[in-house]
Amino acid sequence: MTVRTEEIAAEQTSLRSAFTGYLSRVRGGDIGGLPAVLGLLALVAFFTAMRPNTFSTAFNFANLLNQSAAIIFIAMGLVFVLLLGQIDLSAGFAAGTSAAVMAVLLTQQGRPWPVAVIACLLTGAAIGLTIGVLVARLGVPSFVVTLAYFLGLQGVMLYVIGEGGTIPVRDSTILRIMNSNISPALGWVLIAIVVAGYALVTLSSARKRARAGLPVQPPSVLWFKIGALAVLASVATFLLNQERSRNPEITSLKGLPIIVPIAVLFLVVLTFVLSRTAFGRHIYAIGGNEEAARRAGISIDRVKISCFVICSTMAAIAGILFASRDQSVSPTTGGSTTLLLAVGAAVIGGTSLFGGKGKIRDAVLGGLVVAVIANGLPLITSRSAVQFIVTALVLLLAAAVDALSRRRAAATGRA
Amino acid sequence: MTDSSPPLLQLRGVNKSFGAVHVLKDVDLDVYAGEVTALVGDNGAGKSTLIKGIAGSHTFDSGSYVFEGDEVHVHHPKDANALGIEVVYQDLALCDNLDVVHNMFLGRELVEGVVLDETTMERKATETLRGLSVRTLASVRMQVASLSGGQRQTVAIARAVLWNSKLVILDEPTAALGVAQTEQVLTLVRRLAESGLAVIFISHNMTDVFEVADCIATLYLGRMAAQVRANEVSHTQVVELITAGRSGELGLAPTKEAVA
Repeated sequence: MTVRTEEIAAEQTSLRSAFTGYLSRVRGGDIGGLPAVLGLLALVAFFTAMRPNTFSTAFNFANLLNQSAAIIFIAMGLVFVLLLGQIDLSAGFAAGTSAAVMAVLLTQQGRPWPVAVIACLLTGAAIGLTIGVLVARLGVPSFVVTLAYFLGLQGVMLYVIGEGGTIPVRDSTILRIMNSNISPALGWVLIAIVVAGYALVTLSSARKRARAGLPVQPPSVLWFKIGALAVLASVATFLLNQERSRNPEITSLKGLPIIVPIAVLFLVVLTFVLSRTAFGRHIYAIGGNEEAARRAGISIDRVKISCFVICSTMAAIAGILFASRDQSVSPTTGGSTTLLLAVGAAVIGGTSLFGGKGKIRDAVLGGLVVAVIANGLPLITSRSAVQFIVTALVLLLAAAVDALSRRRAAATGRA
Repeated sequence: MTDSSPPLLQLRGVNKSFGAVHVLKDVDLDVYAGEVTALVGDNGAGKSTLIKGIAGSHTFDSGSYVFEGDEVHVHHPKDANALGIEVVYQDLALCDNLDVVHNMFLGRELVEGVVLDETTMERKATETLRGLSVRTLASVRMQVASLSGGQRQTVAIARAVLWNSKLVILDEPTAALGVAQTEQVLTLVRRLAESGLAVIFISHNMTDVFEVADCIATLYLGRMAAQVRANEVSHTQVVELITAGRSGELGLAPTKEAVA
């Protein structure tokens, strides 16, 4: 009995010390995704309080995920470029151009969807490759190169789309990406796989460290993380598995939107690339100190070019999402504020514009914040003036938080 | 004592010019394993050029480069690394946003398949630091940005030692450090030599040089003025060698201008 209470007490102190450790890191300026999470919670609470009947419905929740998807995909690609301390202004139109290529192949030439999708991805990769070569080999600043691409790709897009103006997309596979759901049961299975996979990776790496005699986080902290993920994922799945259709007899709408598991897959794979491979490590090194990376024998050019290729290819995937959501591709696809919102999403999530700091997770968190604003404000006011101004203020707030935490980090030596 | 065993590195009649400027003139240098060889000389005497030639960043125009008894050709930093030569540059070249382990293995990460082998890297980094009796680092998972100047120098030196290196070249490792930190680094330098490595130690600070060096090589205007045992010369003699190229019996033969 006493042994058990002692064990519990020990567990509690390890959880508590982990929590106080986290608090002191935050106070020291190592804030990670905290502002984005808090911002997201605050925005959701605000809109729920203002419009309880329209904002916080399962239908709108699913809608929100769909709205954020394309921005999140572009932002995930941008994280690679931002980590280097570079920028890609052309990602929005890279999405549009790639989508236009896909739409032409699908609708005007009647090719099967795999051909069109591969052509779309290759278009994105080619755009990224040329940008990367210009930046890395010629040494032209990425701001200028991608500004030129921003302008040039609009022209290329008009050329590809031709006189018609808008190309409809009718391929059922492409349309399903943004317009269908997976069955509630399959949703639970996927969630179980994700949580079990996370638990397996966390616990096995802890065991490996323990066997090598290295310090390990206490088990209670590990289980707390796994539990938190399980609870969050379950709540989201439960909400999305509710009937969302206004007329369930005609069409039933329930289950996770297909884009959610796709986005989670990209989140996991790209996070793996950044945090667990030598390539990912080299990206951070170049962003932190390019000269040090060069002296360490890292092939700077190859890493840079690869990052631009990844960024534009992710934009091409976002292009597929745009085409699927709008069921067409027009000269405005990927235009307007798309790119700026994606950069904003990455920065709001915690990725630094100065390079060397950021995670794929940031793109998802920031993308959700941007989407919540875009989704919630129209329910309150129909004036787009307000929307622009509010989005701008949130971005400024995020940048200010980043700058403040940076200063704090410099002062406490955690930069 | 080590004079009986052959030097690890032996340079004979090394020359290097940049255009019309003859930077190194027939320089000889012997570096022994288990010893700290201080390389001193005034600004522009050719210390950096000599180091870069040894490290493969520059190629010597002429002269012989003998390593472990064999004549070798070093044309690229990778050639020098392959021989077991590592340089710790003055500006350290560490990535602030990465932790100690990541920096020590930067560019030479250990992988299992495609996955970084963090466990082995952390264990090896910890062992290397422990082997150097470094106790100033709280955790090898600290970001380099949060380290003091002395700790950074320690990490940079540990990185050079990690790769079973035989010769470690330290370019002014104490230049930017406070008193206590300088002492830490000098202790570390001594320990490197005691563990059997050859160390070339560049410094402008004579106190530091006399504290750690077994042997002092003095460059004067691109010539090797003298390479002497540290316990056979005085502070003043070394300063004269640096500023005038000779001191009494030691150093370069007086040139005609000097006589006149």
